[in-house]
Amino acid sequence: MKRAKFSAISFRFRHVWIRNLTTYRRIWKINFLVPLLEPGFYIVAFGLGFAGLIGKVDYAGLSLEYTRFMAPALVATACMWNSFFETTYTSFVRMYYQKTFHGMLATPISVEEIIVGEIVWAASKATAAVTLMLAVLIPIGYANFPDALLCIPLAFLGGLAFGSIGMFFTGIIPTIDMFNLPTFLFITPMFLFSGTFFPIRGIPEWAGVISLIFPLYHMVELTRFFSLGAMESDPIFNLAYLMAFTVVFACLALFSMKRRLIQ
Amino acid sequence: MESTNIIEGRNVVKCFKEVAAVVGINFTVKSGEFFGLLGPNGAGKTSVIRIIYGFSPLTAGHMHVFGININTGWRAIRYRLGVCQQENTLDPDLTVEQNLILYARYFDMKKTHARNRAEELLDFFALTNKRKSKVMELSGGLARRLQLARALMSEPELLILDEPTTGLDPQSRHQVWERLLELKKRGMTMLLTTHYMDEAENLCDRILIMDHGRIIAEGAPRELITDYAAESVIEIEGPGNELRNFVKSKDIRHDDLDDRIIIYTEAHGVLEEEIREKFCMESCLFRAGNLEDVFLRLTGRELRE
Repeated sequence: MKRAKFSAISFRFRHVWIRNLTTYRRIWKINFLVPLLEPGFYIVAFGLGFAGLIGKVDYAGLSLEYTRFMAPALVATACMWNSFFETTYTSFVRMYYQKTFHGMLATPISVEEIIVGEIVWAASKATAAVTLMLAVLIPIGYANFPDALLCIPLAFLGGLAFGSIGMFFTGIIPTIDMFNLPTFLFITPMFLFSGTFFPIRGIPEWAGVISLIFPLYHMVELTRFFSLGAMESDPIFNLAYLMAFTVVFACLALFSMKRRLIQ
Repeated sequence: MESTNIIEGRNVVKCFKEVAAVVGINFTVKSGEFFGLLGPNGAGKTSVIRIIYGFSPLTAGHMHVFGININTGWRAIRYRLGVCQQENTLDPDLTVEQNLILYARYFDMKKTHARNRAEELLDFFALTNKRKSKVMELSGGLARRLQLARALMSEPELLILDEPTTGLDPQSRHQVWERLLELKKRGMTMLLTTHYMDEAENLCDRILIMDHGRIIAEGAPRELITDYAAESVIEIEGPGNELRNFVKSKDIRHDDLDDRIIIYTEAHGVLEEEIREKFCMESCLFRAGNLEDVFLRLTGRELRE
C-alpha cells in the first residue's frame, strides 16, 4: 500500500478533475484574460521594439518577420506556464494548506487517482489557455487555419508533460518557497533556450544539444510546424520525446507524491 | 458468525521509520456501539484511526472493517464509512452546499440523490440558512458541523470522529453531542477520539485508553471509574501528616500531590463519613469520580510534549 500502484488508478480520477473545475469556475473570467491578452502584449512589444533591430528571421527555409517567428512559441510557453504552475504552487496549496487530498483520502479515491486527476486537470487548463490564444492568433494571421488547431491536442500532451514534472517537484519539495529553485534552474532556462526567441540553429552545437533535452523545445517546434507549416526537426521525434517525457515524469510524480502523502 | 464486529484489529503494529507508534494492539468495535479511543498526545490514537480508514498502511498485524481486510479491500471499506478528520479539510473556496455535493461525488453518488441528502443534512445540522456561505467565512463551530455533515453524506455505516469538538465553544459542543446521540439512536456505529473526558464519558458505551502505543485499559465508562478511581472522590487542600497516616493505615486508594490529596472512596460509605468528620475543617471538596480521574491515574500527570 506504500508504493504507488497502477492498479489503484481508475476513472474515478475524474472526480478530482471536476472538483478543480468547480473551484476554478469562480475565477475563470479573470483567468481567461491572461491567454487572451498575453499574445497581444508580446506581439506589440516585440513588434515595436525588436522589428527595427532584427529585420527578418530565417527559419526552415522561410524568411519571417520576427513577431511571426515568435508567436507560435508563445502558444508553447503558455502551455508550460499554465500546467507547471498548476501542479506546483496550486497543488501544493491544496495538499499542504487546504488538506484537500487528505479529505479525499477518506473517500473511495486513491492517492494515485488524485495525482492523475491533478495532472490531467493541469493539462486541461493548459489546453483551454492555448485554445484562447489561438482564437487571437488565427484571426490576425499569426497561425495558419485550420492546421494550427492541432496545437489544441498538442497542448494537452504538453500539459501532461509539464504537469507531471511539476507534480514530481511537489512530491519532493519541502516548503512552498522552494519552488523558486526548479523555476529558476529548470523553467527559466527552458523558457529562454528552447528556440522560443531565436532559432536553435544559430547557437553553438553544444547549446543546441542541451535544448533537445528540454520538452519545451519539442513543443515549440511542433507549434511552429502547425502554425507556419515549416519546422527544423522531425515531428514524429518531437511527439515521441514529449510522450516519453510524460510517462517518465508521471511515474516519478506518482511515486514521490505517494511517499509524501502516505505515512 | 462474527458479523457484529464492525472493526476488528489484531496485533496491530504501526511504525514510522524506527519509531513505533502502535505496538501490537487487539480490539473490536461492535455494531451500533459508540466506541471511544482515549490517550495523551502521541499515544497512537490518530495512527489507529488512520489505519482503520485505510490512510496509513499497517506495519504488521491485521485490520478488518465490516469483515473486509483493509489491505486488500480498502476501497470497498471506504464506500461504507464516514470520516470527520481532526484538521479542517473542507474546500475553503466553495460554498457550504457545494462542499457537500462535491464530496458525495467522490462516492459515485448520483447528483439528485446527493442534493436530497445534502438537504437533509443541512437541516439536521442547522446549516440551511448558511448553504450559500463560503466556507472561509464560517466560524469554527459551523465549519465543524459542516465537516460532520460532509462525513455523513455517503450514508455511512461507521462514523469515525477524530477530536470532533476541539476548539469549539460550549454551545457548539453541546449541539454536536446532541447530533451524535441522535445518530446513535438511529443505530450508527461510531468511533471517537477526544481529549475531553466528559465528552467520552457522556457519549461512549465503551472506552479504550491507550498510552505509548499500547492499550492500558478498556471498559464502559462507569466500569473504568469504579475499577481505576472510585464512585466518590474527596479532594483535600494542604493535607496534614495525620490525614496521610490515616489514609495509609486504612489502605485507601489515593493520590498524594504534596499540596493536595485526592482520596477515592465508596459513595456514602463509612470511610467517607469518617474523613468528613475528622479532616474536613476547611477546603475539602466532595465530588463524584469521573473519567478524568481514571485517565490521569493511568497515564500520569506529567506533561507529554
